[in-house]
Amino acid sequence: MSDTILNIENITKSFPRVVANKKVTFDIKKNAVHAILGENGAGKSTLVKILYGLLEPDEGNIKLNNKDFKVNSPAEARKQGIGMVFQHFSLFDSLSVKENLILGIDEKMSYSDLEDKLENISSRYNLPLDLDAPITALSAGEKQRVEIVRILLQDPQILIMDEPTSVLTPQEVESLFVTLNALVKEGRTILYITHKLEEVISICDTVTIMRSGEIIDTSSTANQTAKTLATKMLGQKLDDLKTNYGHIKDEVNFEVKNISCDFNDPFLTDLKNISFQVRVGEIYGIAGVAGNGQSELMDILTGENINIKSGSITFDNKKIEKYGPQKRRDLSISFVPENRLGHSAVPELSLSENILLSQFPKNNFIKNGIILKNNVDDFANNVINEFKVITPGNDAKASSLSGGNLQKYVIGREISSKPKILIISHPTWGIDAGAEHSIRESLIELSQNGTSIIVISQDLDELIEITHKISVIYDGKLSKPFRTSEVEIEKLGLLMGGKNE
Amino acid sequence: MNSLFPSIVSRSQSSGLMNFFVPIISIVLTLITGSIIFILLGFDPAYALYTFFISPISSTYGISELFVKATPLALIAIGLSYCFKNNIYNIGAEGQLTMGAIFGGGIGILFHDTNAFWLLPLMIFAGAIGGALWGLIPAILKTKFNTNEILTSLMLVYVALFILDYLVVGPWKDPFGYSFPKSRPFSESGRMPLLFDGLRVHFGLIITLFLIFVSWFIFSKTIFGFQLKVSGYSPKAARYAGFNQTTLVFFAFAICGAFAGIAGLAEVSGPIGLLYRDISPNYGFTAIIVAFLGRLHPIGIIFASLVIALTYLGAEDAQLFLQIPSAVGFIFQGLVLFYLLGAELLINYKLTYKKLL
Repeated sequence: MSDTILNIENITKSFPRVVANKKVTFDIKKNAVHAILGENGAGKSTLVKILYGLLEPDEGNIKLNNKDFKVNSPAEARKQGIGMVFQHFSLFDSLSVKENLILGIDEKMSYSDLEDKLENISSRYNLPLDLDAPITALSAGEKQRVEIVRILLQDPQILIMDEPTSVLTPQEVESLFVTLNALVKEGRTILYITHKLEEVISICDTVTIMRSGEIIDTSSTANQTAKTLATKMLGQKLDDLKTNYGHIKDEVNFEVKNISCDFNDPFLTDLKNISFQVRVGEIYGIAGVAGNGQSELMDILTGENINIKSGSITFDNKKIEKYGPQKRRDLSISFVPENRLGHSAVPELSLSENILLSQFPKNNFIKNGIILKNNVDDFANNVINEFKVITPGNDAKASSLSGGNLQKYVIGREISSKPKILIISHPTWGIDAGAEHSIRESLIELSQNGTSIIVISQDLDELIEITHKISVIYDGKLSKPFRTSEVEIEKLGLLMGGKNE
Repeated sequence: MNSLFPSIVSRSQSSGLMNFFVPIISIVLTLITGSIIFILLGFDPAYALYTFFISPISSTYGISELFVKATPLALIAIGLSYCFKNNIYNIGAEGQLTMGAIFGGGIGILFHDTNAFWLLPLMIFAGAIGGALWGLIPAILKTKFNTNEILTSLMLVYVALFILDYLVVGPWKDPFGYSFPKSRPFSESGRMPLLFDGLRVHFGLIITLFLIFVSWFIFSKTIFGFQLKVSGYSPKAARYAGFNQTTLVFFAFAICGAFAGIAGLAEVSGPIGLLYRDISPNYGFTAIIVAFLGRLHPIGIIFASLVIALTYLGAEDAQLFLQIPSAVGFIFQGLVLFYLLGAELLINYKLTYKKLL
């Protein structure tokens, strides 16, 4: 066992409504790049947070170099030789690179010592840095370099990288890989968290695949293909479900054509030439791993962002890409963004007041600028009864409802105005199974009554259960649509991991 | 071992009852701290507090003075609540007040020998316009150039004060005023009518109560008030709802500026009767405390304005009878704000001591 650096045994960690890690057991070999692959919510982050001392496991042991390893803070983890580079950087924007490095390390060090050490690190690992540049002036790749150097200054044996390529340009990715190879050659071990199949195969030696908090497999990447990885990552999805296509009309009522949008922000994904069509009564699903442009696309579909570079959105033969949210609602388009608290609902306001966030022309809520409270209250009571929202009454604050109840309320509010199209993002995210089921049922029923629905979701099971067509968004590009009843799960998995064929 | 300094952790549920008690607790704590200060200064705290808070209002004249001081405070504070509800930190009400006094007072100076029923309404209108225009400058800077309204509105206060300074020593100086830095007095019909003979409380109080009522109606019954509230709580939800946030910023600033402008005009055409350098003892800044002490609620603001007005009167009496500098009044105002913000924080957050290993 001399080549094993870390033994993870039976790690279990539960949160109030979910078990994030179930008896996770695997070994990490010294001197290698070890990938942890999984969908969002598979439990990857929980596991590395335990390793880095940010979370405490409920059960289980970890051994580092065959000795018991237990840490209660990142500082201790670093002392024991484990460093981590997060997806979101923690740097002081207004300070220089040098100042950030000095502040970020645990031991005290003079500037001249730092410069000596740094020269060594920069040349050895291909990490050039301008010490005097302010952080604000750096690209995302350069900021990441500062983070890596900061960790390397403390000479870690194991370096954890959380989705390191998500904010990088392709060139920066290349140069990161050179760095990682140099680190491994020196005898260090890298734990590489990702959902990108391509990267696992090209730079990782071993891969551990996680799904719903459990380890599915740990094996060498040598005999894996993107396809085998995708299957393991996604598992067997419900495939005996019958999708009913009978009620869908031939008429297209919502069409997105060649939408492109640049953000100039490393934490946002640029959208590239997105096109799709939705027919009357059809449920169109957009699958993909988080951070591939879903929220950016959602903002454009709702009209919250109308600054697109090119392309058009057509609804009922009208060009609507320049319309704001209210003008779209006036055409009977309704939307439910992913975030309930503070986006589709205001937690500090009552349920009744929350009705007013989304007004359609046929609602009689306002007269001469004055709120007709009785009408609003009636509407709220109606939504509460019809969608079985559990609450003491329409004057309860939105924040007092459970996630599932509030989501039922928000979706109920939108459906009650009988929209022609509903655009919804992550309809059942973070809610209990009961509410999940009733929301999916009401979406299916809505489509059978002739409303088109666009569902953006990371939950592939959900999309397969309710949609008629699915396409996959990856890195801001949308794949062609597949009929849900015919599509192979593997195919979707490959697309979600960025492998086209 | 516990760490030396507590960390601040958000509470899952904040108590609704505490929300109501926060202003009262802050006032009680202010009185306790004030007593300690008086003791340290060598005064009997009971006598000092009596001089400060009771004796100023133990006569009809004193009560009238209380309302004279509370009028501009309440009017500006209700205007500020349009901004604060929308999470816009307009702290330049003092400048908007000054501009209102300049615009409205300018009309008064222009018609200094005219006596007509339309003069005062015209002056009030001009005061509102002046304040609103001054308020719109930070609004434009904020929406077009994304500047921080705290800085711009504050800096504009000093610009407005210098303009007033220039006018009363320059072009608008009273030709019969022996070179004092003041304007001509307004004509009789350019003055706020007094409500009672021999007392200084004036018609501005009625205007203030009316505008507070109108604001209550706007905040609680209209879609505009609702939009202000939503955009203050969550700009994202306001964008989702399709509310035009630029328009809301403009309206909030314009209304606040207009109210402060009317307050400024009411001062110069009420107790003062002409324009000069020091028309306001920082009403525009103190009204910020009033707005928060009144929890941005119309009724709350009425009570808060009376409490804070008392600190002005108390400071004058303290100077007279205890020979304490009148700046003590500002100390009390500062204490109220300090405890208010502290209590506010503790409603939503709690302090915990982290375990160190």
